[in-house]
Amino acid sequence: MNEELKRSGPDGLRAIWQSFFNWVMGIGPRPENEVIPEEPPPDLPFTQRPKDKYSRFHEATLKERYSQWVEIHGLHIFSLLYAGLSVLTCIVIVSLLLATVAELPPFGHERNPANNEVIRRYVEHGGHETGAQNIVAGLILDYRAFDTFGESAVLFTAAVSVLMLLGASRRNKTDDGTSPHTDEAGRNFLQRGPPELSLHAVRRDDAILRSVATLAIPIILMMGCVVVINGHLSPGGGFSGGAILSTALILAANAYGFEKVHSFFSERTFIVSSSTALMIYALSKGYSFFTGANHIHSIIPKGTIGDILSAGLILPLNICVGLIVAGTLYGFYALFSEGDI
Amino acid sequence: MLEKLLLNHYEAAAVILSGIGLTNLLLQRNLIKKIIGLNIMDTAVYLFLAAKGYVEGRAAPILIADGAGGWLRSSELYVNPVPAGLVLTGIVVSVSVTAFALALTLKIYESYGTLNIDEALLKMTQEQEEIEARIDEAEEEVLA
Repeated sequence: MNEELKRSGPDGLRAIWQSFFNWVMGIGPRPENEVIPEEPPPDLPFTQRPKDKYSRFHEATLKERYSQWVEIHGLHIFSLLYAGLSVLTCIVIVSLLLATVAELPPFGHERNPANNEVIRRYVEHGGHETGAQNIVAGLILDYRAFDTFGESAVLFTAAVSVLMLLGASRRNKTDDGTSPHTDEAGRNFLQRGPPELSLHAVRRDDAILRSVATLAIPIILMMGCVVVINGHLSPGGGFSGGAILSTALILAANAYGFEKVHSFFSERTFIVSSSTALMIYALSKGYSFFTGANHIHSIIPKGTIGDILSAGLILPLNICVGLIVAGTLYGFYALFSEGDI
Repeated sequence: MLEKLLLNHYEAAAVILSGIGLTNLLLQRNLIKKIIGLNIMDTAVYLFLAAKGYVEGRAAPILIADGAGGWLRSSELYVNPVPAGLVLTGIVVSVSVTAFALALTLKIYESYGTLNIDEALLKMTQEQEEIEARIDEAEEEVLA
């Protein structure tokens, strides 16, 4: 072959092309000193297969060589490529966004385009139109009340979905006595360590936690109620107050055990209270929107700004939202740690 | 450009934070860490919105009494109340999505015993192949 390569002219080119073609198609001449390895048994699993799958490597076609190479190196190269491309994508996105941020109007300037006539309208007329001292509460629970209704519905739907996903499998455990989370050795693989040292077993006998909880729970409950009920007067409202109320429930569950909480806040209580709150919200706000849109006189009084009983529907709506949020957040905690509300 | 970025440092921090979150989301193979990345991106959005609503030297949008039984209603006194409402929406949706994603992750862990998405997908594919093979066998039996 070397003599052929040394020759010049079209014959030489043809010979080079011929040898290249033979190399690609794997039909070249056999070297004399070739050692043919034994054929591996065909049923070996992928990881135990020898790397040179073909007995005569130089005879494999380019396609075969390519697929063999892909089998050996493909995953590694793909993961490298994937990591590189993800970092590159993120860098490109961040630099584009940074270039945009550099062109934004200056931070905190009063002439920014975001502070336009919408804001002027909300601030100047929000007080006497909604009756709420807290303009944000008037905004989210009066002007944009259906948005907040959707939020509460999203939260409730998420809680029901988590209940469906996590509650159903664990309820089977109480039916036939066996947990679906135990492996062959009868050990629960959701708990690390031996079962008698599980997190909840230790927590139930915690004297310090109990005495602190006895002191703290009434204060937390009172704080949550204040934040919910003063939602139209001060920072806070249904969402933050509901979150505070749910921490009281979670603390009670940790200090006294889930059974104690279950006696006054069960799955049924959660479903009934949340759906009642959603229904009250939808009906009362539907009435208010209906009368407002049709210019019918609404029977809901606005009250004087700054009073606790003022701002029309905002106070009951805050209480509804607070109930939903408290139930949902406690439900998330109980479902993820105990598997049941 | 750097001066302008320093002027808008809250927005710049929000953008970098969202980049960190996106990288986390793409590169982590652990599902819990992916969800943490998603939450970092959410936080970046809240920071951006809160920064957009701020106005230098103005008070929170809660009406201040003017001392004579009325309320100060000038829009020159209060910051933008709209981003507060938008951030509230964002937080609620983020909490719901996080809880649902964590519940799905827990179910994947119960079924496949792993949090690594590649391993879980591999096991899912194997399971699927096993099921298909069993269906084929049953069909052959029926035909025979």
